[in-house]
Amino acid sequence: MTDNKTAARNKRISHIVMFVILIVMFFAFIFPFLMVIINVFKTKADITSDPLSLLGAHGFTLQNFPEAMKKMNFWRSFGNSAVITITSTILTIIFSAMTAFVIVRNKWKACTLLFSLMVASMVIPFQVLMIPLVSLYGGTLGILNHRATLIFMHTGFSLAMATFMFHGAIHTNVPVDLEEAADIDGCSRWQTYWLIVFPLLKPTIATVAIIDAMAFWNDYLLPSLVLGRKELYTIPIATQVFYGTYSTDIGLIMAALLLAILPILLLYVFLQRYIVEGVTAGAVKS
Amino acid sequence: MKKNTLSYKCQQYAMFAGISTAAFVAVVILPFVYGLYLTFTSWDGVSKDKPFVGLSNYTATFSDAAFWQALGRTVIYSAISVILVNVVAFALAYLVTRGVKGQNFFRAGFFIPNLIGGIVLGYVWKFVFNRAFVALGTSLSVGFLSTSWLATTGGAMLCLIIVSVWQYAGYMMLIYVAGFMSVPKDLIEAAQIDGCTPNQTMFHVTVPLMTSSFVQCLFLTITRCFMVYDVNLSLTKGEPFNTSVMAAMHVYNQAFTYKKYGVGQAEALILFLVCAIVGVTQVYIGKKAEVAA
Repeated sequence: MTDNKTAARNKRISHIVMFVILIVMFFAFIFPFLMVIINVFKTKADITSDPLSLLGAHGFTLQNFPEAMKKMNFWRSFGNSAVITITSTILTIIFSAMTAFVIVRNKWKACTLLFSLMVASMVIPFQVLMIPLVSLYGGTLGILNHRATLIFMHTGFSLAMATFMFHGAIHTNVPVDLEEAADIDGCSRWQTYWLIVFPLLKPTIATVAIIDAMAFWNDYLLPSLVLGRKELYTIPIATQVFYGTYSTDIGLIMAALLLAILPILLLYVFLQRYIVEGVTAGAVKS
Repeated sequence: MKKNTLSYKCQQYAMFAGISTAAFVAVVILPFVYGLYLTFTSWDGVSKDKPFVGLSNYTATFSDAAFWQALGRTVIYSAISVILVNVVAFALAYLVTRGVKGQNFFRAGFFIPNLIGGIVLGYVWKFVFNRAFVALGTSLSVGFLSTSWLATTGGAMLCLIIVSVWQYAGYMMLIYVAGFMSVPKDLIEAAQIDGCTPNQTMFHVTVPLMTSSFVQCLFLTITRCFMVYDVNLSLTKGEPFNTSVMAAMHVYNQAFTYKKYGVGQAEALILFLVCAIVGVTQVYIGKKAEVAA
């Protein structure tokens, strides 16, 4: 009895200790964001004189937002980011799932070759491809500076990983019997795929959508190489305009950073469970 | 039906995989092969012709001291970051799987840095290092905090490491959490009944069963650290005096700033090979150590 009591007490103490450590770590993790949030409502002079105070000497201000939005062309960049992210994600899902289907269900040489090339290509980092990519698409073809080019490249780069994930899903979760039944009922392969197989892939579609949409939205290097004109900038590129050669206005920078962070954070509040599950599933599968 | 004819196969393949194959080849395979060719030319980024120069880009790479310095720096940065990321991630994963109140909230919170792109994260931390820490140091009159770490040679590297650990720990934590969950409860109970202390259970039962999580996390952190670019650009931009230029940034500058595309591509290939060798060796060793439950 006393043993049980001490054990229970020890457990409670250890839980309190762990809880305190977690609180401290949590504070350390969100500290940089807190800094941005408390400074975004201050004037430039107040930020410079005391970045740690909760309220500036000149009081609360919303002034940084409209100016920052104007300077980074916020709605334009936001629109570009949204169009590019959504289109690339949808295209990736449609084409990679179809490809995975034909690869899983047929033992043709072309399928095996394509799949092994895709799996092998997943280890190639973007830095190895960026120079020839610019040389080919910029130098030879001259089709940089189009959103469509970036969408095409985003899709091309993410196909391998997505196909790999759909490959696993079709292999384990789609019974061949179902397809055979549809076949007997007179469905063509195309109909079987869209009516039977694709709807069964929903969980994987969600995972791929989350992983790729986050990657596309946050990507900097590829868009910065493809999109050279100001009106095509995505949000990550647009945040750079504040670090020009002229004096940097720290108040505007705070507003711009918050504007860049806010959309994803809001989405995270609502889709938190799916995002955490999707990212874990994606990481564990690859 | 005529399912064995070549025309049926071609039609099916084209219908389902035609567009993907074209896009994949155009964006990945072709540039990769073309990149190998580029290393034997001296293209300046503008002119139409790409003169063939044999192996001279590779000899230029071997005599490019700045590249080897950047690569060495990247190796040191990666080694420290990879270890710290995984230690912090494992500790966090342990803490959020003990049944403490609000553990799901903590998991979600630690993951937040991964939602945001490296460029934005770098700028956020630049403000923290340059302004917030300095203000804190001055008000508390702590010497080492009152000047910005980003302005000193070793400090800039330290800042990069801090940001990387902060950025990746939450993501790796999720993988370790999945690892902790996959360890069967009855094995833990059996070990406890056999008289294992909590430490023994942890290091002789739980950790060996989580080998695949370790392999995965190490592979992900190694490849990401080796290829670091976004945070490097926005946080330090290679400064002060180019002492925080990582290998990927050096490659970028060679090609797009100094217009030496051939040398840049040769250096990119070497960086890739070093990273691949380290990553694959690690996976190979890890797979050998794996045990089945």
